[in-house]
Amino acid sequence: MIDWLPLWLSLRLALVTTVILFVLGIPLSYWLAYSRRRWKVVAEACISLPMVLPPTVLGFYLLLAFSPDGSFGRVLDHYFDIRLVFTFQGLVVASLIYSLPFMVNPLLAGFKNLPPHLLEASRTLGKSDWTTLRRILLPNMRPSLITGAILAFAHTIGEFGVVMMIGGAIPGRTRVASVAIYDEVQSMNYHLANRYAAVLLIFSFSILLVVYLINHHFSQSKAVV
Amino acid sequence: MNNARWSLPAICAVALIGASRPTTASNFAGTPVTSSAGNLTTCASTEVLVAAAADLRFAMDSLVAVFSRENPGITVKPTYGSSGNFFEQIKNGAPFDLFFSADVDYPRQLKTQNKTASDVHIYGTGQLVLWSKTLDPARDKMNTLLDKSVAKIAIANPAHAPYGKRAEESLHHYNLYNKVKDKLIFGENIAQTAQYAQSGAAEVGMIALSLALSPAMRQAGGKYWLVPSIAHQPLLQGFVLLPHSNGNAGAGKFAEFCESAVAKNILGAFGFGEGPDR
Repeated sequence: MIDWLPLWLSLRLALVTTVILFVLGIPLSYWLAYSRRRWKVVAEACISLPMVLPPTVLGFYLLLAFSPDGSFGRVLDHYFDIRLVFTFQGLVVASLIYSLPFMVNPLLAGFKNLPPHLLEASRTLGKSDWTTLRRILLPNMRPSLITGAILAFAHTIGEFGVVMMIGGAIPGRTRVASVAIYDEVQSMNYHLANRYAAVLLIFSFSILLVVYLINHHFSQSKAVV
Repeated sequence: MNNARWSLPAICAVALIGASRPTTASNFAGTPVTSSAGNLTTCASTEVLVAAAADLRFAMDSLVAVFSRENPGITVKPTYGSSGNFFEQIKNGAPFDLFFSADVDYPRQLKTQNKTASDVHIYGTGQLVLWSKTLDPARDKMNTLLDKSVAKIAIANPAHAPYGKRAEESLHHYNLYNKVKDKLIFGENIAQTAQYAQSGAAEVGMIALSLALSPAMRQAGGKYWLVPSIAHQPLLQGFVLLPHSNGNAGAGKFAEFCESAVAKNILGAFGFGEGPDR
C-alpha cells in the first residue's frame, strides 16, 4: 500500500515555499526591473545562483550555517529556540533559496515585457506606485505570475540534493517524496518506488501542460487594462 | 471584471491548508499502522525517531512490528543510512532519539562528546558476506572476485560506512585490493550496496549477512559466502539513547525492548552474532 505521507509532505513544502516566494518575489522583481542602481546585477547573479549551483553545495553551506555547532545556528537555537537542520522549517528556508530564481526570473521578465506607457499613463493620472503595481502592472502580467508560481512549486517538489544534505529523511518531517523514492529503492521495494515515481512523473507533466496552456491562452488574448 | 483579483487570495487559501499539520497516521516500510487517534501533543511525546544503520533495514522493521504490537501507543519511526553519516548528522543536531550504529565507535565518540543520554549498549556483531546473483561465492570464496565475469564489485563507502571499511580490510587481508580496486563501486550505505548487487548492477557485492537473509535478497535468488571474521576488524553494533529522547518515555521503552530476549531472537534470526561483552 502506498504511503501518502511523503507526497503530502512534498506538497506542503512546495505550497508553503511558493506562497512565501510569491510575496517576496513581487517586490524583489519589481525593484530589479525598475531600479537604476548599477550593483543590481550582483543581486540578479545572486538570485540566479541556485540554478547553476550543485544542490549539494547549497546543502553543504546550509548544513554548516544551520548546525547548532555553528555561530548562526547557535544564535537561532539559543535565543529563538529554532532548529533549522533536519526539520521541516529548515527545508522551507532551504527551498526558499533553492527555488527563488524560478519565481523571480519569470516575474522579472513579466515586468520588463510590460509596455512602458502603462506605467507612465498611470503615473500621469496621479496614481501611486502601489496602486499602479496592484491595478495596472500585475493584472497585465498574469501569465508571468502564474508561470513563476508554478515553476517554483514544481521545482520544490523535485528538490532532492538539498533535502538529502539537511533533511535527514525523517518520516513525517523531512522524508519528502523524492527522498522516499531513493529510500524505497534501497529497500528493494521497487513496486513502491514505482508508485511514487509515477505520481511525480504524472504530476510534473500536468504542471508543465498547465503552464504551456496558460501561456498559449494569454499569447492569443490581448492585454486587459 | 478583473480575474487577477481572485488569484492571489486563492493561492493564499490553498497555502493555509497546506501549512496545517498532518494528522494522518503514517505507514512506513511495511510495518502495521499504529493508531494515532490522540491529539498532537500525545502524538509528539510517543513518537520515537530512530537512526538505524542500514544493515538493520529489515531486522529493525521486524523489531518495530513486534514492539508496536505490545505498545500500540508508541510509534517508532526508523530512518536508515550509513552509521558515519548519522554520526555527522547527530553531531549537527539531528533530532533522533536513538542511534543504532554498525560500528560501536560512533556512539562511543558521541558519548565522550557528551552528546548521548545513556551508556552505549552492544546489541550484536555484524557479519560480512560475499553475495552474488550469478556466481556461487562458496566455491571460489574470495577468489570469486577474480572471476572473468565480474566487471563490478559493490562495497559500501569505506569513508563512512562500517561494512565498507571491513570490506576494504578483507580485500587487503587476502592481497586482492590492488587486483580489484578498479572494479569497485561504492554504495552510500550497505543497503544501497546490497541493492546494487541484487539488481545485477554489480556481479558481486560485499554486504551484510542481515541483508543477505532478508526476504528481498532471498527472492533475488543469490548465493552468499561468509567472509571469515579473521579477515577484518569485528563489526560491533551498538546503540545509544540521544539527548533528544529526554522526557520521551517511549524511547526508553524501545531501548529496553531492544535488549530483551525477544529482540535478541529477532536479531539472531537476521544473522547478528552475540556481542562479546555479554
